[in-house]
Amino acid sequence: MDNPCLKRVFTKLPEKRWVMFLDSGELETLRNLAGGIRRDTVSRLPDLLEELEPNCQQNGIQVHWAQTTEEANSIVLNIARKADAKLAVKGKSMVSEEMELNHFLAENGIEALESDLGEYIIQVDHELPSHIIMPAIHKNREEISEVFQKKVAPAKKSDTAEEMTETARQVLRDKFRRAELGISGVNFAVAETGTLCLVENEGNGRFCTTMPRVHVALMGIEKVVGKLEDLPPLLTVLTRSATGQPITTYFNMISSPRQDGEKDGPEEVHLVLLDNGRSRMYEDELLRDTLLCIRCGACMNHCPVYTRIGGHAYQSVYPGPIGKILTPQLEGIDTAGYLADASSLCGACVEACPVKIPITDILLKLRHKKAQSKKEHHWTELEGAKNLFEKITWKGWKFAFSQPWFYRMQASILSRTAQFLPDQLPMLRSWSRFRMVPRFSEKPLHQLVEEAGIAEE
Amino acid sequence: MDTSRSQILNALRNSRTGIPFSESQDLPKIPVPEWNLEEKVERLKNRMEAVHTEIHECTEKGFGKIFREVIKQKKITNLLYGKKTNWGNKLEAMRQRGPKTMPELIPYQKKIEDCKETLFSVDAGLTQTMGAIAETGSLILKPDGQEPRLLSLVPPIHLAVLDSKRIYSTFGEAIREEGWSRPMPTNVLLISGPSKTADIEQTLVYGIHGPKQLILFLIR
Repeated sequence: MDNPCLKRVFTKLPEKRWVMFLDSGELETLRNLAGGIRRDTVSRLPDLLEELEPNCQQNGIQVHWAQTTEEANSIVLNIARKADAKLAVKGKSMVSEEMELNHFLAENGIEALESDLGEYIIQVDHELPSHIIMPAIHKNREEISEVFQKKVAPAKKSDTAEEMTETARQVLRDKFRRAELGISGVNFAVAETGTLCLVENEGNGRFCTTMPRVHVALMGIEKVVGKLEDLPPLLTVLTRSATGQPITTYFNMISSPRQDGEKDGPEEVHLVLLDNGRSRMYEDELLRDTLLCIRCGACMNHCPVYTRIGGHAYQSVYPGPIGKILTPQLEGIDTAGYLADASSLCGACVEACPVKIPITDILLKLRHKKAQSKKEHHWTELEGAKNLFEKITWKGWKFAFSQPWFYRMQASILSRTAQFLPDQLPMLRSWSRFRMVPRFSEKPLHQLVEEAGIAEE
Repeated sequence: MDTSRSQILNALRNSRTGIPFSESQDLPKIPVPEWNLEEKVERLKNRMEAVHTEIHECTEKGFGKIFREVIKQKKITNLLYGKKTNWGNKLEAMRQRGPKTMPELIPYQKKIEDCKETLFSVDAGLTQTMGAIAETGSLILKPDGQEPRLLSLVPPIHLAVLDSKRIYSTFGEAIREEGWSRPMPTNVLLISGPSKTADIEQTLVYGIHGPKQLILFLIR
């Protein structure tokens, strides 16, 4: 079940992060400060958004509001069409993943190319990111090299990380030069100055926001902060928590499009503010804390479940603990509520979260909500004929566990034969598409216990 | 679109009534380090060298000699720079005095649409810096008409000049002292090293999309 890529990384990464916060007193103070700023910010969210908008507009940034991802997509498409764009280069943006923007633009004849190296690898290989900070974390070097050989530059030797990085650099520089549209996310938007802040190491974010004639920044409405002075503590917990760095290579603060006398920078800058369920989270005092998230990924890196099963198992844009509380609220409790059940509530994520989101409390609340919603809408359906299969399963389970002779016989048969079941069996496919199928032990537990010489009581 | 705006804001505002908001409590303060100039320089150097920045300390007078050495060692044959800037003027004077040991100087004077070819083919670019942050090891750049935004991004080698007197202890101090809040410069950048990635098996590689090398002349 363990992916060796994940195992290697996730023993290293939390260590790296803790080294960054050597002094646990400092860590606690920083978490209190950063969490406090986020709480204060979110509690004033409508005011801050109304402060951000005119300040951006005064700077020359055009502001758009979207309630749904469909609306956001069509805003971007309109901007792209006006700019006569055929090629858009993209910096990393989780909101764009929420929108499935690349797919949407492709359907409308516009190529949207990811330019963060990890995102690029995933996009070229038609996969989805498995981590919000390290999208290609589930792939090893040989696999990535194969992707480069087959789909990026067959003529080039791309075996080492250095060679592949150089290849990607050359391929993407050409794209940056040609693209008419640049798309980016936003890490923080400062209300008092109308400034969009982007955090990155590669420089692709700067390319996307500077080189093309038009820049579109996509932002969840919760990413606003009040003052410039709020930035240093948030930036420091973000970079330290995400990758264990004191700061990223680039912190890019964009306040306006190209001004008179400037020779580069986009001529138009657009900011799209996306709600997509966020204002609904705002209704509940506890669920609202979901909006504190600064998307650092620390909860994933510290989650004993995520680090073993990887991000694809969650089958949603946001994997890991934050995904378990975010996705059911974005997509609805009836369709994605099951994610809230898949947690042991161990609380490792809560300890790691740099802004102190009470993830386990929110999980419990979502489970409660889901149970209530089932009572109201689906209970009869669940007990009905639709779940005949489930009923039979439970009956069989009950029988097996109440008849020791049957249980032993079944265990010994399964331990000998079950590993020959193909993963692609229709019953297993919805599980095995993104996850490895657990294997039966070659010997049943009873036999192992007997062999170990432990007497049965 | 306007209706989306009002519906989002209304939804947020309606949620506010009825639910008690935690008063924003007194936030803890992070003690600001009291470093003297030497300590700030040391800290900045340590941080920046740890992420592959090459640092040359020199006096303003000694700049010419060290600069020529770096140019020779890095085989820089042409250099993009900002005209009518303090250091741009110095470069021009140096080139006039000794053209053989200086690279060809190309001022960034045209609009990007008309100079992409040059921008993508030069060996290096030189920028000034507004200051630096010791705590994180970051240079502060404020691109403008003279030194455009892409000058510190596209050329594979970024040469930067920093006056050591302008090193702040923390980012917070820089924000307060620079008096940015309003109006903000069109673009402010913190640059901490050459561009890098670790997206392939967490192997750290320098020089992905931005500069492959960052060379800092620290003027004492």
